[in-house]
Amino acid sequence: MEVTQVLLNAQSIDGAVRKNAEESLKQFQEQNLPGFLLVLSGELVNEEKPVETRKLAGLILKNALDAKDQQRKVELVQRWLLLDGNAKSQIKAGLLKTLTSPVSDARSTASQVIAKVAGIELPHKQWPELIGSLLSNVHQLPAHAKQATLETLGYLCEEVSPDVVDQDQVNKILTAVVQGMSSSEVNIDVRLAATRALYNALGFAQANFSNDMERDYLMRVVCEATQSPDVRIRQAAFECLVSISSTYYEKLAPYIQDIFNITAKAVREDEEPVALQAVEFWSSICDEEIDILEEYGGDFTGDSNIPCFYFIKQAIPALVPMLLETLLKQEEDQDQDEGAWNIAMAGGTCLGLVARTVGDDIVPLVVPFIEENITKPDWRQREAATYAFGSILEGPSPEKLIPLVNVALTFMLTALTKDPNSHVKDTTAWTLGRIFEFLHGSAVDTPIITQANCQQIITVLLQSMKDTPNVAEKACGALYFLAQGYEEVGPSSPLTPFFQEIVQSLLTVTHREDARESRLRTAAYETLNEVVRCSTEETAPLVLQLVPVITMELHNTLEGQKLSSDEKEKQSELQGLLCGCLQVIIQKLGSSESTKYAFMQYADQIMGLFLKVFACRSATVHEEAMLAIGALAYATGPDFAKYMPEFYKYLEMGLQNFEEYQVCAVTVGVVGDICRALEEKIVPYCDGIMTQLLKNLSSNQLHRSVKPPMFSCFGDIALAVGEYFEKYLMWAMSALQSAAELSTHTAGDDELIEYINTLRNGILEAYSGIFQGFKNSPKTQLLIPYAPHILQFLDGIYMEKDMDDVVMKTAIGVLGDLADTLGSHAASLIQQSVSSKDFLNECLSSEDLMIKESAEWAKLAITRAISV
Amino acid sequence: MAPHDLRRPFKRAAISDQQKRRELSLLRQAQNRRDAQQQARCLASSILSLQSSAPESETEQPSIDIETVSETEHESEALSKDLDVGRASKLRGPEVRKWFARQLMLPEWMIDVPDRLSQDWYVFARPAGKRCFVVSSNGTTVSRQRNGSILHHFPSALPAGSKTRDGSGSAQSYCILDCIFHESDQTYYVIDMVCWNGYPLYDCTAEFRFYWLNSKLEESGACNAPSHHLKFRFSTVPVYNCDQSGLYAAYTGVVPYVKDGLLFYNKHAHYQTGNTPLVLVWKDENCSQYVIDTDGKGEIPSQQQVVLELQDDRKLVTSDDPPVSFGCLDGDIIEKSGLQSGILLRFAIGDGGLSFVDGKLEKADLIYLGKSNRARAFADSYSKVIFQFMVRNSPLKVDDLLASINSPDDQEKTPSDIEMAG
Repeated sequence: MEVTQVLLNAQSIDGAVRKNAEESLKQFQEQNLPGFLLVLSGELVNEEKPVETRKLAGLILKNALDAKDQQRKVELVQRWLLLDGNAKSQIKAGLLKTLTSPVSDARSTASQVIAKVAGIELPHKQWPELIGSLLSNVHQLPAHAKQATLETLGYLCEEVSPDVVDQDQVNKILTAVVQGMSSSEVNIDVRLAATRALYNALGFAQANFSNDMERDYLMRVVCEATQSPDVRIRQAAFECLVSISSTYYEKLAPYIQDIFNITAKAVREDEEPVALQAVEFWSSICDEEIDILEEYGGDFTGDSNIPCFYFIKQAIPALVPMLLETLLKQEEDQDQDEGAWNIAMAGGTCLGLVARTVGDDIVPLVVPFIEENITKPDWRQREAATYAFGSILEGPSPEKLIPLVNVALTFMLTALTKDPNSHVKDTTAWTLGRIFEFLHGSAVDTPIITQANCQQIITVLLQSMKDTPNVAEKACGALYFLAQGYEEVGPSSPLTPFFQEIVQSLLTVTHREDARESRLRTAAYETLNEVVRCSTEETAPLVLQLVPVITMELHNTLEGQKLSSDEKEKQSELQGLLCGCLQVIIQKLGSSESTKYAFMQYADQIMGLFLKVFACRSATVHEEAMLAIGALAYATGPDFAKYMPEFYKYLEMGLQNFEEYQVCAVTVGVVGDICRALEEKIVPYCDGIMTQLLKNLSSNQLHRSVKPPMFSCFGDIALAVGEYFEKYLMWAMSALQSAAELSTHTAGDDELIEYINTLRNGILEAYSGIFQGFKNSPKTQLLIPYAPHILQFLDGIYMEKDMDDVVMKTAIGVLGDLADTLGSHAASLIQQSVSSKDFLNECLSSEDLMIKESAEWAKLAITRAISV
Repeated sequence: MAPHDLRRPFKRAAISDQQKRRELSLLRQAQNRRDAQQQARCLASSILSLQSSAPESETEQPSIDIETVSETEHESEALSKDLDVGRASKLRGPEVRKWFARQLMLPEWMIDVPDRLSQDWYVFARPAGKRCFVVSSNGTTVSRQRNGSILHHFPSALPAGSKTRDGSGSAQSYCILDCIFHESDQTYYVIDMVCWNGYPLYDCTAEFRFYWLNSKLEESGACNAPSHHLKFRFSTVPVYNCDQSGLYAAYTGVVPYVKDGLLFYNKHAHYQTGNTPLVLVWKDENCSQYVIDTDGKGEIPSQQQVVLELQDDRKLVTSDDPPVSFGCLDGDIIEKSGLQSGILLRFAIGDGGLSFVDGKLEKADLIYLGKSNRARAFADSYSKVIFQFMVRNSPLKVDDLLASINSPDDQEKTPSDIEMAG
């Protein structure tokens, strides 16, 4: 095969030629993989070949080593590791040689492929000479090869985890990179490549950042690079600073004053991409300090133990004026552009983070700016003043803010209706939303919304919902938080007199021609949802009236036939919103006996529509309709049985939806709802559901987050069907047992520990459900053989000392359930178990009421079991 | 390596409503799962199945006959022992009174001092007032006196004790508290806990019940100051280990209620309905206004009066199980007054008093006075008669109690305070 021609053909504009070429490449790959990869690397290294084919050869090579899909990636890695050693050596030699090519695209492609190979081989202790050979003669290389080498090191650091590279090699990499950045290097491209490589190498530099001299040197080089004449280098250098700010926060104290000076200059004078990074540095410091201070405020001093250096608190006298200046640099129409990100937006965002970090101290620094600018004729000044006000509403205490808000509220309401500038109105509506989000609600002592101004506020917001889509969307958002603040208001809500009008206005918004712009329709339905969620008994009849209205809307979406794919997408989005709204309404009306009864007249009709929505088949709708059906099953109770024959196939489809795992997860939750609604009437469907659940559990394609709820679901089923669960007992117990073994020991990062705890909770909920389900049945003795293992599991997780409160509560409950159901059979096992007693005592003295209560129940059950 | 995107969310709420809906759904499902689990755990039947395998619980208990119990439900005797409030609430009139009347644990009177008082017993000052059961279920609370009649019907902060807006109280949730209603501060003093939030506690030791009572009652908010809606307050009483200082504290300590004697609870005793020697009451003039029984007019009669039940064989017996006979009634009186067996009769103890042989009652000088008050549900217990008799003749004094705690037998396990000088 003439591979160059095939690679050219693969990029042909003629579809047939392209397809043909792709087909022959595929065949080649399938027939002789080592040969195929070798030919590709040969193409890449060959200076005679056209640049397009060299690039494509490299790209195909890269795709043979890595994939986005996790499953596929694992396969590719295995395939490479098993590949013939000779072929691999030749391929790698070709790649390294390409780094010296005069053709920049070839070099760059080779860099990326080398990093991918390193990503596979270094963790397996293969290719140990790679880093050494890259660095061996880096000083003598011509500039273009030096640039490619540094770029390769950068990609390599991105690809490989720091623990597979030893410190000696890290030192060498950093030395080469820093030399490449320093002023002695005359070539700009080399310096840029070095600076970008440093960004990725920072994670490897833990030891070097702990050494004062080395850190000083690294910081000096980075700071110098921020002054480079080349804008790309300045930007890359600031990116390094941003990364350092989060990775080495605790090492920054000696440099923070210099960094402030550098960033302030960049924010004020440099080009926007650089200025944005400079602002980001401070946002990132805020993120760090907010986290640390949150940990201070929590019960535990987290495991990191990094102290707060209060950089932001010290910087605000200069930092805040700098950020306020940026607010005046708005772009026209930035509110209509979803992708917009500019210095004014970054500065405002940073100001909000500063407010969260320092609280009250920011207020006197911002108020003069607001007062000075809020009435100016230039819209930029009015908008900046309003944005500044909106930004500082989260963080400072209500005592400090409420007097300001009381003064500003009337002004804002006027601005929202009268200001001639749409941008100002947008920001004003957003600010009102923030006021209601943070300063309105049962947690705030002095209400800012009173009988005197409530009417006016609502009138203005409803009025603004007729404004341009972006303003109307913010007005909906403000109303959302206004309603939320009345969530726990008691039987009578101040919104009651306006309920009808609010609902009507929101429905009108959903019908606007331009409702799809600025996600206006979504905002309107979301606000409607919140208004319903926060409604009280007084307005229950009005919520009930909403049922036929939304039902009709949903019905209308099913009318159209033969839709284009764009129309289909619109249809499914709207169905999602309507199903979501119905879900909220059902949950609301279903939560009280009187309204539930009145709602039930619509149940058949709604269920019929949901089934039709399923028939349209689209992922998001599927999920929303499924969620709504869960709520419906809960409200309907045993009568839900009548929908099961028709609904069952969709339930099964949901459980089989591995790709959209959210859908699968939601469906698993709905199975639980149905179990509790139907109880033993679910028996006819259990075979199918259990089969599917067991199948899902044994699959490694399904997203792991769905597995814990599937175990909980076993418990739901067992509790619903009681001893009928005998049929599945052996299978379920064996799945539980192997998962239990896996989840006893945790080793890994916080995220993994969190997952393991979720998994444990699922397993334990399953055990609880099974024990309680079998209670009082003559088949209780079937469970006896499993008890030792379960007690062992409890011992195991107790001794591991890393379970969270939820697991602790569930686990001690299982001990009680075991004793309760097995009675005297359990007594001796429990007495013999290693840690049951300690575990119980620890739970009994827990501060957590839920744990304590479960423990008391367990103690009771065990006492009884033992005394019998 | 392209520059890294640093856009942050702008003018957006951090969480989407869809995510919120998902989370609220999960929350609801988790709550429902907890409720279902809780309900399963609280099903009285589980306790039943354990009890029926415990033979002593059946022999201990007198069989209780409730006319309305259908045949199928009747198959398990233990069922009626469980305070099945659901079933009990369906009973009406005299049946319900009779049923509740039999559910209280009744102390015997202390006629001699039990062994190991300081190790095995608690003591506390009994509030003066109406002994009653307080039952919360289905959003309401009812207190019933010893004779089964309703004292109050009221909302309370006990679990399931009042209607909540969200209707969250599960149907299986209920509480049964053993209380004394203290009139002057309108407070229910809880002296024992029989069921809490659906968990029956009879088969737990007093030690555990008191621990549970103290932690749960406070948590429930039932001890808070009364409000317009919740007009009766609940309170616990200070319970002491019955060592010297505990007994002294209970005897002399200041409490917010009027004392009516001291109650002694054996720490290991389960809650047992009817009379039990594992709970004892004792009183003298210092800790009770009513040491000697008064008559219907509130005056102390010159002679001790007792109420006894007339049996088929004309024997006059106490309410104990088995009953103790105090003698036989003349056939004459029975015929003249048209008395039927089972009736409660009032007698005075004449100058002949009571005579004992080897600690057993041998003879009683009874003088017939007439039928007893109709509100009475039971005859007097043996220990009560004897205690009253002793009070009038040779009372058991507090010094006797303290002395028994200090007796060598009781002391042997107390570590002595010897300072090591070596």
